[in-house]
Amino acid sequence: MNRPALLTAPLLLFLLLTFVAPIGAFLWRGVTDGEVAPVLPRTIAALAGWDGRVAPGEPAFAALVADLREARQRDASAIPRAAARLNADRPGFRGLLPMTARRAEAPFEGTARDAVLAISEEWGEAETWGAIRRAGGPLSAFHVLTALDLRQDAAGSLRAVPEDQAVFRLVLLRSLWISLMVTACCLLLGWPLAWLIATSKGWPATVLLAAVMLPFWISLIVRTAAWMVLLQREGVVNAALGGLGIGPLPLMMNRFAVVLAMVHILLPFMVLPLVAAFRALDPRLPRAAASLGAAPWRVFLRVTLPLCLPGIGAGCLLVFIQALGFYVTPALLGGPNDQMLAWFVGFYATRSVNWGLAAALSVLLLAAVGLCVALYGKLAGFRRPGAA
Amino acid sequence: MARGLAWVAAVLVALFLVAPIVAILPLSFSAGSFLFYPLPGLSLRWYQDFFGSDFWLPALWNSLLIGSASAGLATLLGTPAAFGLWRMRGAARAVAMGIVLAPMVVPVIVVAVALLLTFGPIGLVASYSGLIIAHTTLGVPFVVVTVLAALEGFDPVQLRAASACGAGPVSAFFRVCLPQIAPGVAAGAIFAFATSLDEVVIALFIAGPAQRTLPRQMFAGLNDSISLTTTAAAAMLVGLSVLLLLVVAWLQRRGRTQAGG
Repeated sequence: MNRPALLTAPLLLFLLLTFVAPIGAFLWRGVTDGEVAPVLPRTIAALAGWDGRVAPGEPAFAALVADLREARQRDASAIPRAAARLNADRPGFRGLLPMTARRAEAPFEGTARDAVLAISEEWGEAETWGAIRRAGGPLSAFHVLTALDLRQDAAGSLRAVPEDQAVFRLVLLRSLWISLMVTACCLLLGWPLAWLIATSKGWPATVLLAAVMLPFWISLIVRTAAWMVLLQREGVVNAALGGLGIGPLPLMMNRFAVVLAMVHILLPFMVLPLVAAFRALDPRLPRAAASLGAAPWRVFLRVTLPLCLPGIGAGCLLVFIQALGFYVTPALLGGPNDQMLAWFVGFYATRSVNWGLAAALSVLLLAAVGLCVALYGKLAGFRRPGAA
Repeated sequence: MARGLAWVAAVLVALFLVAPIVAILPLSFSAGSFLFYPLPGLSLRWYQDFFGSDFWLPALWNSLLIGSASAGLATLLGTPAAFGLWRMRGAARAVAMGIVLAPMVVPVIVVAVALLLTFGPIGLVASYSGLIIAHTTLGVPFVVVTVLAALEGFDPVQLRAASACGAGPVSAFFRVCLPQIAPGVAAGAIFAFATSLDEVVIALFIAGPAQRTLPRQMFAGLNDSISLTTTAAAAMLVGLSVLLLLVVAWLQRRGRTQAGG
């Protein structure tokens, strides 16, 4: 009985190395903090019992000086890394930490507190030290809270960031909203198509099915390119509208273009489960309801719809899950206000090298997807073929 | 009456699905350089541009190379795994299935960024092997699902018969089972190839300039001003996709007649 498991072992090992472990290691960064603790171990220890209301006392300042002196000697590149992480929490740290480290090198008279405060007044503020404590790790809620537009102050209480700095909740809502719109449009457009494919015979049904399957196979980038060519300012649609004396309309770099192209790309994923659901429907049941005197709308609401509901739900979730993760189409067809979660994950991972935030946003994305997958499992079951 | 309306709607939606793709193909044969109709004349200059270019043709080769290598690797790993999953039962099967199918639902951006982080220190970023491994991960669920579907039509009693005739499990698999599920295995390989051919996001994040695939190059072309060479590239990708679709349709028909006869 062990042989089947043995046959799957190479693939599972491969996926463990190329999929499970990398994603795990990446997401781990969203809930941990590892950049600051190696540089400021004594400072973090000194802040353990601090109440966070006013700047801490002399021991914390002395620990800071000792830590920075040692860090400069051991590994000079660690300080900018720690500074970048602290800067993500409190702007200004990118310069403050290296500068303090450089100037604290020189011997000083009197207390460390006076010497450090002479370097920068910033060290007199509780929030400066709060940022260090929040980044102390090893576990940390900072990135996930940032991804939800929340922050914790030095004293430990939680509050929403000011309206003008709140970005991520908007992005999350926007991603959900775009995905919802795309799903609704797909359901609306896919319904008649799927109904006729499922209930017609002969070549018309075959032609309709081919019209669904062909775009299904064509590369996403090609379909996105097609919409760009059609919708751009000097593109096919505007040229045709110009012939009618209308135009040119701004059809691209907006929400409309993103939703249109996403519906085009995801529609087959709605139609195929719907076809499966409609084919599985026993046509005698609606007929029986009608013969018992139910009006057509009543037959639809009380018999057809409930019987097809699992298939409809499966199609909707399939479209919704994929829509949530879209990157390429909004990046090419949308404006700055149409970018979804995926774009921000990519942005924070590469352009601003804030892995913690990229990971925290991924955690949100995966949580939404996971919820939908669980719902899909409840609705469609994972064993039934034909749903995908 | 209602059915007539449904037909009108369905035909319109079918047109919506097909028309944008059909509409851009003739543009690639334009003699001019605009992205609208009517065409000033027909020519193959954009295809000449494609095949004469320093980056489009290498991108096509990269796509074919990475696609074939990852499809091959995905088939080698996925076929035995599907055979194993077919015989497994219970919780172990559910867990294994969950891991195998996960790349289908996890957003590609998460995979791309995670691989960028993991592959960076071990030198797999901006390398062919890195991209092939990543595309194998995305393609392998399609192989497993397709081969599992093919195995549904295979009667396991034949394996016992083979063993009764003195065949070991390995030769029973290769001589009895594999010939019957071969169309499914081939279709799975093509799905994996198509997945790689379609993939942009991972290529965007972990490929170097030397590994640019055709979709990645198209993304770059679309990001600055679109030239008609990009539509020529799109037309070539459409041609490849239609070819793959036809091969899969043929394989599925073969698989059915084999299962029936």
